[in-house]
Formats: sequence, structure tokens, C-alpha cells
Amino acid sequence: MPGNVTEELNAVTQSVSQATQQLENARTHLQNLTEHILNSSSVSGNDFVFLLTVFVLACFVGYYIIWKVTPALHSPLMSVTNAISSVIIVGALIAAGPESFSVSKFLGFLAVLLASINIFGGFAVTERMLSLFKKKKG
Amino acid sequence: MTVNYSAFLYLISAVFFILSLRGLSSPKTAIKGNVFGIAGMIIAVCATLFSPVVSSYSFIIAAIAIGAVIGLIIAKRIAMTALPQLVAAFHSLVGLAAVFVAWASFLSPSTYGIGSSGAIAVSSLIEMALGVAIGALTFSGSVVAFAKLQGLLSGKPLRFKGQSILNIALCIVLIILIAHFTKTQSGISFFIVTLLSFALGFLLILPVGGADMPVVISMLNSYSGWAAAGIGFTLKNSLLVITGALVGSSGAILSYIMCKAMNRSIFNVLFAGLKQNQVDHETQNEEKPAHIGSAEDAAVLLKNARKVIIVPGYGMAVAQSQFGLEEMATLLKKDGIDVKYAIHPVAGRMPGHMNVLLAEAKIPYEDVFELEDINSAFTETDVVYVIGANDVTNPLAKTDPSSPIFGMPVLDVEKAHHVIIVKRSLKGTGYSGIDNPVFYAQNTMMLLGDAKKVTEEINHYLKE
Repeated sequence: MPGNVTEELNAVTQSVSQATQQLENARTHLQNLTEHILNSSSVSGNDFVFLLTVFVLACFVGYYIIWKVTPALHSPLMSVTNAISSVIIVGALIAAGPESFSVSKFLGFLAVLLASINIFGGFAVTERMLSLFKKKKG
Repeated sequence: MTVNYSAFLYLISAVFFILSLRGLSSPKTAIKGNVFGIAGMIIAVCATLFSPVVSSYSFIIAAIAIGAVIGLIIAKRIAMTALPQLVAAFHSLVGLAAVFVAWASFLSPSTYGIGSSGAIAVSSLIEMALGVAIGALTFSGSVVAFAKLQGLLSGKPLRFKGQSILNIALCIVLIILIAHFTKTQSGISFFIVTLLSFALGFLLILPVGGADMPVVISMLNSYSGWAAAGIGFTLKNSLLVITGALVGSSGAILSYIMCKAMNRSIFNVLFAGLKQNQVDHETQNEEKPAHIGSAEDAAVLLKNARKVIIVPGYGMAVAQSQFGLEEMATLLKKDGIDVKYAIHPVAGRMPGHMNVLLAEAKIPYEDVFELEDINSAFTETDVVYVIGANDVTNPLAKTDPSSPIFGMPVLDVEKAHHVIIVKRSLKGTGYSGIDNPVFYAQNTMMLLGDAKKVTEEINHYLKE
């Protein structure tokens, strides 16, 4: 009889360890799956929907703000929006960022240069224009 | 700095950009608005520089330093009359930068975390192709606009047979190529997409005439925004998407305002152009006598007025006569005469151009009024002084349905007691090529000559 108990115990331990192993396998599998989903295009599709949401809402914000701009300041509006659109420099900086030299790093360098001209020139000329708008003396 | 951290800073930067545009609602808050814009840009650049994706700085700092020097020198030296071409040139830079960034993201997608070479997600490929196309179009279109405004190219519309068909064909080929590119990820088709978009930009803007430039510049302003947004989608960067949307909608609204001020649709401006019917009007031209006066007569009229409205147009900008106008207004105001300025939305070569030029001559902005705010005041005005403006005062736009400018909102100058019109000669009929009956009206006095010289002569008599 004791021999039987030991055998059964052994069997139980074995099946438990098997189950644990299976559970572990399942967990890794699930982890892989999640990682796969996170990296797969279906989530970049979600990214797209998220960015599209942001984009559409920003268009509405733009619409309401721009109609409030006084027509007298439409020229400064153009130069300041032009300066602001040079925020594309963010993408250029990332391209120019890596240590190793490559064609894309060179393109990044050129884009940073162009965007910088625009940023400094755009804000400075807007500032110059706006400083001209004076109230009546006295 | 972690990715989340920079994303948070990007959000702050976007908020600053919104506040910056909000500031332009009044000249009082506008300078603060510009400062907000600068702050937003500094935050965006720093957030990127200190994020883990950027590890080498020497090239970047060199590029920013060179750009800063060039940009600041240009901004300091540029004459205010040359603003439209400056803005066009700046737009072209944004377009070209977008092209470079799109190419960089295509060549090393791993830097941007959008896959590896040859295995980029389809959605990223589409966004990349659109980004490069809009960027290239903005670049070449702006270069043409710049050349026209700078006088390097003729301001006249350049048209040839089959132009629209060629443009449509180019668009179709472009779409097919983009589809091909997203399927094969071939660098060659990406390159051809870039080239074709450059060509399309040239072809789209070449046929547009000088006086339609306010629309074109606003449209290119809008494109530069959409290009930034397109790149934002490619790089999955919400700051670029938000900013691009703001700039894009700003330009779109300005284009809409300009088109409405000419009673034309954007398609009409870009593709059709104005109907030319010079011939039959020119013959009428010679029959009608115009009353031609002298600077002295004009000075007498102005001196005896109580209310005067000055209507400046592009001719004033060309002759640089805004400083003379300011002197004239000051002289009249000394005698207790009420002097105001009326500005038509499409006067000048870019939206709000006249306002900047008047401000440059230290004319207080409270004296400057937009069309809808001042149009009812002409009936009680003693003298209207029209300088370098023509089509925007043409009453045929209200009465003659066969006129090409019929339906365009105009300044009702003919309703004033006296109208003084400064013009180089009687022959020129403005850009639309149509005659203006105000020139031959009973209460109109024509002053022929250079706008600047004539104004200075009047000032001379006013001082006596």
C-alpha cells in the first residue's frame, strides 16, 4: 500500500509540474501574441485612427481660431503659420540624430538647415511686422 | 528623457502654437502670440533633442546655427513691399524639408520606429508617399510663386493648350505610382512620385496671374501645413499632425476669404482665369471724357472736406507712397478733418499686405477699416482719395451681370461727394482689363502720374 501512495504522489507531482509547464507555455505564448499584436499592422491601424482623430479635432480648433484673427493681421498670420509649420524640424532632427553616417542623416541635416532658416526668419519677420502696428499717439 | 516624456512636452508645444494663433485676434495681443509661437518651437526642438533617438549633436547644432544666421539676416533686410515673395520663399523651404524628411524615413525607417527597410507597414508607406507628394508640390509651386512676385517670371498667366488635360493625366499617373510604391516599396517609384509632384507644382501655379497671387500664396500656406501633417502621420508624431492641421486650415480659410473677395471659386482662379474682354471696352474708352485735375485742385478739395476716406491699392505699394499718405493724413487731421482708410481684402499681393504697409508708415491701425466695416460710410464722405486701386472700386461689379467681375464685393467710392483717383495713365484698365465708369463720373477728378509724386505734390499745396 505505501508503495502505491508514493506512486500516486509521484504521479500527482508530475501532472502538477506538467500543468505548470503548460501554463508557463501558455503564458509565453500569450506574451508573444500580445507583443505580436502590439507590433503588427493592426495596431498601427489603431495609431492611424488615433492620429486621424487628433488631426480632425485640430482642424476644428484651427477653423475656429483662424476666423477670430483680425483681417488686418492676415499677413503676420501667414508668416507665423509658416514659421510654425517648420515644426517639421522634429522629424528632421530624428533623421539627423544617429551617430553613424548615412544618406538619411545627411537628408536630416539639410532639412534641419532649411527648417531653421524658416523658423528664425519666420518668427523674426512676424515680430518686425507686428511691431509696426501702433495705436494712435496720445 | 523617455518617449512618454517627450510626448507630453509635444502636447505643451501644441498648446503654445494654438495660443500663438489666438493672439493674432487683436494687434494688442499679437506680439505676445508670436512669443508663444517661439516658446512652442523651443519646447518642441528641445524635447526632440533630449529624447533617446537623438545621440549625435554636432551636425544638428551646425545646421541650426547656419539656418539661424541666414533666417535672421533675411528677416532683417527684407523690405515690407517684398513680403509676399518672402513668404512664398519660406513656404518652399517647408515643402523641401518635408521632402527630405519623407526620404529619410523611407531610407532608414528603423530610426523612426516604423519598420525596417523593405518591410515598412502599408499605412506608413501611403502616408510617406502623400507627405513627399504634398511637400514637393509645395516646394515647386512656391518657387514659381516667388519667381512671379519677384518679377523673375512674367506675372501674366502662362497657359498652353491641353494644360488641364496634362495636369489631370499627371494626377492619375501619380496615384497609380503611389499605389505601386505601397505594394512594392520600390525606391524608383518613390523617386518618380517625388519628381512628378515637383512637375505638378510648377504646372499648377504657372498659369495663375499676378493679381490672383493672394489666393495662391494662401493656398501654398495651406499646403505647407498639410505637408507637415502628412509627415506627422508617417512619423506617428501628434505634434506635427496638430500643427499641420492648424496651418493647413489657416491657409485654407485665407484662400476662401480671398476667393470670396473676388467672387470666384478656387477652381476658377487656378484653372480658368478671368474672361478677357478688353477689346470692346477699349473702344468705349476713347469716347468718354474724363475730368483731369491738378494736384492743386485736389489739395483744395481735400482742405475743404470734413470727412476723407483713402482707398489704397497695389499701385500704392509699387510706388511706395504710404509714407506720403501718412503725411497727407497728418496735415488734414491738423485742420480737424476726419481721415480713414478703406481696405479691400484682395488689395495687394497677399492677405493683409496693405495693412502692414500702412502700419509701416506709422498710420494707426484704428484708422484702417475693412470693406464691410466702412462701405456704408461713403455716402457721408466728402472726398475719397483712391490711390493705386481700380477693380476694387468698380461699380460694374454691382450693376453689370455681363462683367467678368460681376458679384465681387467692391468699395462704393462713387457714392461720396467727390472722388479723386490717382492713376499712372487713363489707358491702363487694371488687371481685369475692364473699364471703370467711376473714372468718367461727374464727381470724379483724375490725377495722372506716379502715386508717390502726386501725393507729395498735394502735400506741398496742403502745407501752403
